[in-house]
Amino acid sequence: MTIDPITLSVIQAGLQQVCDEMDLTFSRAAFSPVIAEANDRSDGIYAADDGALIAQGAGGLPVFVGTMQESTRILIEMIRDGRAAEPRPDDIYIVNDPYLGGTHLMDVRFARPFYRKGEIFCWLSNTGHWPDTGGAVPGGFSASATAVEQEGLRLPPVRLFKQGKLDPEIMAIIASNIRVADQRIGDVKAQAAALLVGEDRLNALLDRYGDDTVAEAIAELRDRASTQMRACIDRIPAGAYQATAWIDSDGVVNEPLAIRLNVVRDDAGLTFDFKGSSPPCTGPMNSVRATTLSAVYLAMRHIFPEVPMSAGAFQPLHVTGIEGTFLDAHYPRPVSGCAAEVSQRIAEAVFAALVEALPERVTAAPAGTSGNFALGGQDPDKGRGFVMYQISGGGYGGNADHDGLSNGCSTIGISKAPPIEIMEQAFPVLYHHYALHEGSGGAGLHRGGFGLDYMVELRRGVATASFVMDHGRFGPQGVRGGGDGGVNRVTVWQSGQPYSPAHLSKEQDIPMSPGDRVHVRTPGGGGYGDPLARPPEAVRLDVELGRYTPDQARELFGVVLHGSPPEIDPDATATCRANR
Amino acid sequence: MVGKSSGAVVGVDVGGTFTDLVELDQSSGQVRLAKVPSTLDNQAFGVLAALDMAGCELAALDLIVHGTTTTTNAVLERKLARTGLITTRGFRDVLELGRRTRPNAYGMTGTFTPLIPRNLRLEVPERMDAAGQVVTPLDEEAVRNTARALIEAGCESVVIHFLHAYANPAHERRAAEIVAEIWPNDHITMGHALLSESREFERGVTAAANAAVQPLLDRYIRRLVQELQGGGYAGDVLVMNGNGGMVSSAQVAKEAAKTVMSGPASGVMAAAYTGRKAGIGNLITYDMGGTSTDVALIRDAEPSVSNEIEIEYAMPIHVPMVDVRTVGAGGGSIARVNAAGLLEVGPDSAGAEPGPICYGRGGTEPTISDANLLLGRLDPAGLNAVTGGVSLEHVRDVFAGRLGDPLGLSAEDAAAAVIGIANMKMAGAIRMVSISLGADPRDFALFAFGGAGPLHATALARELHIPRVLVPSRPGITNAIGCVVADLRHDFVNTVNTPLDALQQGQLARVFADQSKQGEALIARESVEIRDVRHLYSVDMQFVGQTHLLRVALERPDVTAGELQALFEAAYFRRFRVELDDIRANVVNANCSVIGTRAELDLGSLIDPAGRKATLQEARTGQRPVHVNGAWHDTPIYWRDHLPLDFTLPGPAIVQQMDTTLLIEPGDTASGDRDGNILVQIGARA
Repeated sequence: MTIDPITLSVIQAGLQQVCDEMDLTFSRAAFSPVIAEANDRSDGIYAADDGALIAQGAGGLPVFVGTMQESTRILIEMIRDGRAAEPRPDDIYIVNDPYLGGTHLMDVRFARPFYRKGEIFCWLSNTGHWPDTGGAVPGGFSASATAVEQEGLRLPPVRLFKQGKLDPEIMAIIASNIRVADQRIGDVKAQAAALLVGEDRLNALLDRYGDDTVAEAIAELRDRASTQMRACIDRIPAGAYQATAWIDSDGVVNEPLAIRLNVVRDDAGLTFDFKGSSPPCTGPMNSVRATTLSAVYLAMRHIFPEVPMSAGAFQPLHVTGIEGTFLDAHYPRPVSGCAAEVSQRIAEAVFAALVEALPERVTAAPAGTSGNFALGGQDPDKGRGFVMYQISGGGYGGNADHDGLSNGCSTIGISKAPPIEIMEQAFPVLYHHYALHEGSGGAGLHRGGFGLDYMVELRRGVATASFVMDHGRFGPQGVRGGGDGGVNRVTVWQSGQPYSPAHLSKEQDIPMSPGDRVHVRTPGGGGYGDPLARPPEAVRLDVELGRYTPDQARELFGVVLHGSPPEIDPDATATCRANR
Repeated sequence: MVGKSSGAVVGVDVGGTFTDLVELDQSSGQVRLAKVPSTLDNQAFGVLAALDMAGCELAALDLIVHGTTTTTNAVLERKLARTGLITTRGFRDVLELGRRTRPNAYGMTGTFTPLIPRNLRLEVPERMDAAGQVVTPLDEEAVRNTARALIEAGCESVVIHFLHAYANPAHERRAAEIVAEIWPNDHITMGHALLSESREFERGVTAAANAAVQPLLDRYIRRLVQELQGGGYAGDVLVMNGNGGMVSSAQVAKEAAKTVMSGPASGVMAAAYTGRKAGIGNLITYDMGGTSTDVALIRDAEPSVSNEIEIEYAMPIHVPMVDVRTVGAGGGSIARVNAAGLLEVGPDSAGAEPGPICYGRGGTEPTISDANLLLGRLDPAGLNAVTGGVSLEHVRDVFAGRLGDPLGLSAEDAAAAVIGIANMKMAGAIRMVSISLGADPRDFALFAFGGAGPLHATALARELHIPRVLVPSRPGITNAIGCVVADLRHDFVNTVNTPLDALQQGQLARVFADQSKQGEALIARESVEIRDVRHLYSVDMQFVGQTHLLRVALERPDVTAGELQALFEAAYFRRFRVELDDIRANVVNANCSVIGTRAELDLGSLIDPAGRKATLQEARTGQRPVHVNGAWHDTPIYWRDHLPLDFTLPGPAIVQQMDTTLLIEPGDTASGDRDGNILVQIGARA
């Protein structure tokens, strides 16, 4: 090694800065609120020969942590064997094919070759979630799709920008196949501008430190990230750790899907073996290989956030046994649920498997669903159609230090939910309540956080309601003696009559008339540790605050309370706890 | 204008560790300074101690301007007045549910404590829709009952926060009347009163923060004024707001939330003032303290102000505040070698307790301050003054053992690496702040203050291609100076939300005229002499379909739609390098700030002119080896208070003063100006 560790640290920070500036540019210039507000995007730098992740923006959506290097790797392979056009300076490829290193169709990737002295030095890539890419339903989340063609327009890697110029013909094809096309040109330009900013900043870094030094540093950083991840996983005692996580159904066939995980810690590092998981499914709850890998990586990053993202950090992590399961779907399996739902359940399996080995680091299961509710219809007052999305959070799992957060965002996202007032301005709806899902936190020494409980009414016109949610059948898992979090519940009130989807958490196009209501309760987090060890005062406070009933305090925690505000009955509590 | 003040002015700022005071007497030219430990439980004690220490004669003072962290600390530590909420049925949990995020992108842990606990959040039947139409009439009896329940529960303030009150506040107003009838109370906050914009969580938190700090601020200011009057003070006490303006003690508690984050704001106001007098309007302020660093942007001598600041996770307080960003590293940031064998600086900090090793309070981990000491950048002689007795050898041993050995470096080289990496990271963070505000650092000067700012400023400026660094005469008490120079200021935001091509001629001008009138009326009520009234106009714009806003400053209130389009496109291109001439633009907000400018103060006397020497040579106190840019340099040391007013000093050099140290690197050239500032021209790396 000739490069000193100080220069290494400085170049590492410099590469990170390039990516963070790309992230910032993309979000601020984007039109799509999914990108601009929810930061559903990611930018990074990838190796010229194999697409390996060199650096990625710290503010990128977690689910993209591992997909983008897969996408870039496959693009490089396709160029090599002639399936994609040869790159030239200032070209930008566009691709959204899920099976080519992607997630769902809405996640559109741009890749720009970065040249130094006439050679490709590396690739700059980004992914942004477009609000629509065509297909059967606006927004792309069809709960009943059985083939990818029903989910939207699928683009192989083609050069949308050729030597710096936007190809109007490709853009015209895209614009003719997606909804609200007129605003997408703003997103396309924002996504391209982010890569241009990256190019400027990376050129400045190379000019300052020299191409050879930076190249050497990149290689060295990759090795060291691998060492760092190994040091982290060395805390896990050698051995095998099992867990199973369940998805309610695929939306079409009403059977649960199993993720069976066996984690082996040995000299090779950590092997995540998914053998025995359910086969590819008919509905859209399939995952593609890149997303499955990414879900494992993001779960490990939740456990060890201090390890910087780079291909080296992933090196000691091996994923096996996905062939032939729904975690490695191929064309034409529908995949719209992979990024928002399946990836979260994979992360839950990783958490559940490793919590005993890393009890200080890993939490009980979080709500783990994006809680996607879409309402589409006609607003007679505005004389036009509308599509409303309500994504929602749920409780996080308790952990060694404290209770889980209430109404946290999805495991794979970091986005904010829209305010009720904005929803009611934009759509013909009225919310009746927006509250804590009482009683939903899994019992434990440190209980799970609480989910969300909301009810919304259609005020006028006609509409259909669709749901892609999960954890309706099985609550998020409690650990180390803790109870499971409350399940997700959906009830649609049609003319005063309650209707629950057969698949509990998934259904498409439920008709709604004015006055009809949708009632959703999202999952609470799993509990951590023995509920009987929870200090009675903490239980009393939860009851005083209306989070649990006095009956739940007795049944779940063995704490007997009287009166209002509640007071602890110490003797009855001691007896109650002793008799468990 | 009888009774309006013009003579001796005191600025007193309470910080987390110290309470700083400066008195400027414009008629005699006299300056008094004091720095005493803050008394956070009752900040008045520290204020009085500072007045006493400086020898201020209360009866002779014309004006006291006060920056206080009372409300900031109360919110951050949740030491709040017992506050109740009356809200729309079904929505009491809005304040707890937030906007569905988590504290950190990675790591599924963290907690959130709402400002008002759930059992004090009560609901009443009532409902407006988004158009401001009544869906459910207000149940007045329910309002009475909830008010009684909150009195019973021991609340001393109350928030009335209803959905869509920004569109129609009738229910909130009626409910407030009812509550006031049965509960005579100065502390009733209506949700729409401070912020009349949609977004129920942000508006509700802003109102809740106001209500929950109001009784505390009210009591504190009353007691302080009483104490001061008891000592013979006859003037008014003005209090700094987060927007960098000040308001009278009688008014301040009404909108108590506006005082949150006023401390950092006053530092930025001092920077803007100093910069304007020095003819440098574009500044990036860089305030590095023991635990963190604050950065803000000043353009044309106007600090950037935002209405959308979240002061911590899920704590948006959407009143106008000077946009100060905290970027992490401070003198106490800890350096360690990670499992990858790489040196990391931060994010952990030794804080104020135990602090860096060199504080001698039991700190054991190597920090940025310790590295500065090992490299001679801080005066090792200072160690002797510290109780606890830590030797330079001890610091060196820690660096050798913790950092040098694993990295294969000497203790000094490891310390140099710590400084290098810390500077690189701080420069990166400053760059992100400036580009997120649409600015290129190269167009700015760096204004360095705080205890540690001047020590790192020249290196950061070089890293960021910032051409010069401005160091004020008293970097350690900049916030107190900000109080002294602060103007009266009122900010107004009106939502216009109109596509540019539907904007009527004169529509904006009418909004601006109305805002100006309100602001001028408020300023006329204050008992402070002002020189003139200035107006700042701007609009927040976006392309149709976008959610982010871009602020476009206007030189005058009567702009045409065509001019707006051109200004916006130019601003957009500057920021994003994207041209979108085929997409229509929206005007979302019209903003006006009305500023009552006070008489100019002479800052030159902040360093006693009588103490200045005639030549540089006389100001020189010695020399010591200092490690800069990878090599040791025998570096001359100067005492700031002895520098002649006019001088030219090439780097390497160190200028020391009571509370900070300025490092001038090789290749840089420092010079003085008539206000006592030092301006460092950043040269090529020598």
